[in-house]
Amino acid sequence: MANKLISQMGLPKSIGNILAARNILTAKDALSLTEFELMELLDVGLSEVTSAVALISEIACPPYQTALSLMQERVQNEYLAGHLPTRLKGLDEALLGGVPFGAVTELVGPAGIGKTQFCLKLSLLAALPANYGGLNGRVIYIDTESKFSSRRMIEIGATSFPEIFHLDGMAQEMAGRILVLRPASLPEFTENLEQIKLSLLQHQVKLLIIDSMTALVSGESDKDLKASKQHPLGWHISYVKSLAEFSRIPIVVTNQVRSQNSNESFHYPFQVWNNDESMKDLPRMESHLVAALGIHWAHAVTIRLVLEAHSGKRFIKVAKSPVSPSLAFPFVVTSSGISLVSDDGIEIPGPEISAIHCQGYDDIFDFNR
Amino acid sequence: MEVSSLPLSPSQRGKLIAAGYTTLSSLSSVSAPDLARDLNISEHEAIEILKVSSQSSKKIDGCHAIVTGAQTAWDMLYEEEFMTRITTSCADLDNILGGGISCKEVTEIGGVPGIGKTQLGIQLAVNVQIPIDYGGLGGKAVYIDTEGSFMVERVFQVAEACIEDMPYNYPQKDFQARKNKMQPENFLANIFYFRVCSYTEQIALINYLDKFVAENKDVVLLNQVTTKFNEGSYQLTLALGDSWSHACTNRIILYWNGNERYAYIDKSPSLQSASAAYSVTGKGIRDAASHCKRVRIM
Repeated sequence: MANKLISQMGLPKSIGNILAARNILTAKDALSLTEFELMELLDVGLSEVTSAVALISEIACPPYQTALSLMQERVQNEYLAGHLPTRLKGLDEALLGGVPFGAVTELVGPAGIGKTQFCLKLSLLAALPANYGGLNGRVIYIDTESKFSSRRMIEIGATSFPEIFHLDGMAQEMAGRILVLRPASLPEFTENLEQIKLSLLQHQVKLLIIDSMTALVSGESDKDLKASKQHPLGWHISYVKSLAEFSRIPIVVTNQVRSQNSNESFHYPFQVWNNDESMKDLPRMESHLVAALGIHWAHAVTIRLVLEAHSGKRFIKVAKSPVSPSLAFPFVVTSSGISLVSDDGIEIPGPEISAIHCQGYDDIFDFNR
Repeated sequence: MEVSSLPLSPSQRGKLIAAGYTTLSSLSSVSAPDLARDLNISEHEAIEILKVSSQSSKKIDGCHAIVTGAQTAWDMLYEEEFMTRITTSCADLDNILGGGISCKEVTEIGGVPGIGKTQLGIQLAVNVQIPIDYGGLGGKAVYIDTEGSFMVERVFQVAEACIEDMPYNYPQKDFQARKNKMQPENFLANIFYFRVCSYTEQIALINYLDKFVAENKDVVLLNQVTTKFNEGSYQLTLALGDSWSHACTNRIILYWNGNERYAYIDKSPSLQSASAAYSVTGKGIRDAASHCKRVRIM
């Protein structure tokens, strides 16, 4: 929209020519200047500038839809009104169907908690044929930490869907639908993302997984990140988001954790006066881990699922979701992927839902369940 | 008024000044053919210049007011009394806001992710449509989304709950008859959703909105500004900064206080700094669960 060419907008010839002569070729060029600046630059009167800007604005303005037509589109055209079920009953209920299409869902948690396991399972679910409840499509899996294990994935498939995987050639077919990319550097990662946009629609890609988003920048110290005005992943964050919306597929991204810095604060200036008890027990005291990508990223994702461990158990928490209450579900990692111990989530009020705990958990997966 | 500040093109202004026409009064007495000859331009162009200058001078000697465009404070007070407000569905929050979010002002709402900014925006987009005889405005909403966080399923939930709760807040005997007309779908049909992906689009949209609102009568604008906050040294601030905050009339910060969500009026010319608790429920924004910790005046 911003790059729409003025020459194709049907402006009156006189002003159109002047704009072109002054190198104002796209809507972005024209709208970045104030009306007075345009007057000076183009040497025309105010009324002409105003009507030209009004016309350019109307054409460059994004189209609108009523909320009703948005909903009807989703319900009629999309699988399960735009959700990929995770087959974890409690979680799917909380998310009104599953991982949403057209949005970015984030999985954050300490190393080894089960993020990659979750991603492997989701990949399979998206690849499955429609009559088995899948999306019958391809999956692009961007693996930045070389954690993708096709053997493990086949195992998950064979254990969770034995009736499909024991059919001849099915395992090969399913595994064949999952495309794994392994960028070794940030520029390569950027290139991969750009290429994906083109192939998404052509090759019926139904799910994009980025595991993890942080690996390629985690070498930098926090000082560098804060010093540079722009987050090194700033472009990627908005690109991934627009990719999701444009292609209407679910995008799942994993995020690592890091320890909290001492100068990170959780208070606004006006809160300092409230010296009552509620301020003393802050969740901050308990958790020394925060998501690695920071606040800019946290705003950009639609759904954030926190995976954590405490009291000897693992929990998957719906920490941010416009459609769900704050619920935590205990889970275990088994040979068939991840399964919930209980489908009734535990409600966690307050900011505690976003805290990430990592208090010693059993690293050994129990394959006998 | 000087000729140099007329809304003409720079070269036209340059020619006028070079020919000795520096004030408006000098232009008011000259005829078009004379001007055309003096400036060496076409008569048509001279007529245009004279038109612009006479329009500008009209604004100055306007006989209606002492200073054109000004309104007396008394007239404004009258207007303010009747200024419409949109309820937030949380009584405490409405109270500290003087009734709700006011329509003629720009209110900025900021806070950490997950605190409820989008929820509040969706609630307001639904509440503005409450019919007038139920205490609402009977209007429509324009929702400008720069983050992609607008989830239609949630809007449906909130609209459904709003319709359900209406007869309790404003008992009326003919609700059943009206009920057929009031379905969540009707509410969704009156929310005009724009998805903006770049600042250029945002500028284009703001420019276009004037025309849009004129074409669709009775539209109340809800530009929910989603702001981010930075972790500065020991303090949180809203990411858009001070230069932006001057443009907004009111600023509300949503924050966590223990396990409860609070809204704090950070900046307002007419409202007292106060905070109130609210909660986000399956039905949307509602009163906080605990009624003991209510409004706190700062």
